[in-house]
Amino acid sequence: MLESIFQNLINALQWGSFYSLIALGYTMVYGVLVLINFAHGDIFMVGAYIAFFIATFLIGHFTLPGGAVLALSIPLTMVLTAGVGVTLERIAYRPLRRKGAHRLYVVITALMCGLVLENGNLALLGASRKSFPELVDKVVYTVGSVSMTNLKIAVVISAISVFLILQFIVTRTKIGMAMRAISYDKFAVPLMGIPIDTVIVFTFVLGSSFAGLAGLLFALSYPILDPFMGAIIGWKAFIAAVVGGIGDIRGAFLGGFLLGFVEILVVAFFPSTYRDLIAFTILMIILCVRPTGLFGVAKTTKI
Amino acid sequence: MRRFSVPALLLIMSAALVGMAYQEYIDLYIQSVMMFICINIILSSSFNIVNGFMGEFACGHAAFMAVGAYVSSVLNVMLFTNDKVFGPPVLSPDLALYFFPLVLLAGFVAAALAGLLVAIPSFKTRGDYLAIITIAANFIVTSTIINIDTVGGSRGFMGMKKIIYAMEDVVELPWMLIWVIVSTILSVWLIRRFVFSTYGKGIIALHQDEVAAEIMSVNTNKMKVIAFMLSSGLAGVAGALFGHILGYINPGSFGILKSTECLVMVYLGGMGSLSGSVLSAILFTLLLEGLRFVIPWVDGGLHFIHLLPDAYHLSQVWKWVIIPLILILLMQFRPEGIMGNRELSDVFPRLKRWYSFK
Repeated sequence: MLESIFQNLINALQWGSFYSLIALGYTMVYGVLVLINFAHGDIFMVGAYIAFFIATFLIGHFTLPGGAVLALSIPLTMVLTAGVGVTLERIAYRPLRRKGAHRLYVVITALMCGLVLENGNLALLGASRKSFPELVDKVVYTVGSVSMTNLKIAVVISAISVFLILQFIVTRTKIGMAMRAISYDKFAVPLMGIPIDTVIVFTFVLGSSFAGLAGLLFALSYPILDPFMGAIIGWKAFIAAVVGGIGDIRGAFLGGFLLGFVEILVVAFFPSTYRDLIAFTILMIILCVRPTGLFGVAKTTKI
Repeated sequence: MRRFSVPALLLIMSAALVGMAYQEYIDLYIQSVMMFICINIILSSSFNIVNGFMGEFACGHAAFMAVGAYVSSVLNVMLFTNDKVFGPPVLSPDLALYFFPLVLLAGFVAAALAGLLVAIPSFKTRGDYLAIITIAANFIVTSTIINIDTVGGSRGFMGMKKIIYAMEDVVELPWMLIWVIVSTILSVWLIRRFVFSTYGKGIIALHQDEVAAEIMSVNTNKMKVIAFMLSSGLAGVAGALFGHILGYINPGSFGILKSTECLVMVYLGGMGSLSGSVLSAILFTLLLEGLRFVIPWVDGGLHFIHLLPDAYHLSQVWKWVIIPLILILLMQFRPEGIMGNRELSDVFPRLKRWYSFK
């Protein structure tokens, strides 16, 4: 009994890491732009596909060991996925922002960009599922009867390190200070000589590249790719980010793990069809009790 | 004269439509496109109450559609047909015709009660947190339905076609078309009457400034409950009609994608414009159906000039690439939607000479 709980906890840590990695991207963009970037889940999907193409290309054209392929494909995937995110920002969001369109219209544009990515992928590559090549040999560590693979440990460690990196960037560096300033007052910031577009592009680079990393790790752990894998996981990660208190990095990180734990524990004790039902009910109750999320700060409205 | 122009026009148009369907001048495909246009009109105009007039960002409209669809379908199947799960009919199938409006009303009430699931949290939260609650509500509703095995779970629920046959046995008319048209006209009329009444102006006041509205003696919580319940109830009616037209419903068809469609229609038409959402529903449905024919033509054309490799064919999936792209472009050039927050009579002031829609 105790061992199965530990086993579930480890699975929950891995599952929560994916949610956290995606939720961090949501919360970065939201914190700076107050924009729900609904395309983020699909950027994660694009990241997984980019990783797939890079890995198969490297394996097909060069005789490299799996580890070297992985070492090459991590930075390439992150860079290319960041490119996708920045392209979306440049083509779709920035013109709207310049025109001063209502915030919700930007959100709808983001939703549409997500649909374009999903269905464009389906239309171009076809419905056949891609299976990701196995790059690293699976090593299983067993403590008692609790088993964990090196992949799971890598996923959890990378989620934690991404969180630490982002936390460092936002709280300790000059560009992080600029980000916080933009989220505080978007109109005063350009007057202080801060290049607002550069900061926003940097935010998208950060969010999308970590979504690409999440896509690569997801593809390594669950090596079947399909175009709609990002949709549901993206929506859920967004909910996790909100439960943590959107706009706050600690909130997104913990919210992702919370959602992972709730889902895995529900599956452990109930039939798996109850997963969404119970998980979302719990999250809704949390939001009803603390309407601004776990770490969110209520905005005061002036009369 | 002006008072009767719009009702008369609507009456003539719907009578002509029903007559043509009765005489089989228009085939079943065109009839079903007409019905889907009407359902989308109900969906987008009812969603506009919350998202346009009240200015919230709810994105779980399909959940209420699901509640309405399931409640009315199960009720109808239970009462009037011989079903494997629910046993022999309770009432004579001849009565199905007369009970159909009541069943639609039951769908309305059930969906309106489900609307409370979103309305009560909205007292304290606004904006993006409410958006999340609505998304979560959508997931909760669909996964609840998946877990109820008597209504088929994720396999779906069917048997509504028998109701339509039962209705047609009593009087030989295209009944579904009639019900759909009647409920569309009624619900648009209801929304119009409500939103433009002095009482309903409270909703628009909430959009502008919640605190100020409260100071001006608008009971904000009550207005929110009314707006959410009306909006979700009408979505329930739309869902009920949807279920009976298709004759088969499953939880998957009321997911986030359906809600996204509703969102698209509202923002395409313009927030807070009733005629805008009617127009956008018509345009959106026609676009969706039109692309079904256009894509094979384009495919043939591109193959003819050898632009595409022979092995690759443009599939219907491209529909869902083209529509979002059109919308993205539209947002770039006209970010407030087709109508903005104006009505048809504001855009063309001379129309006021011809009608007064009350």
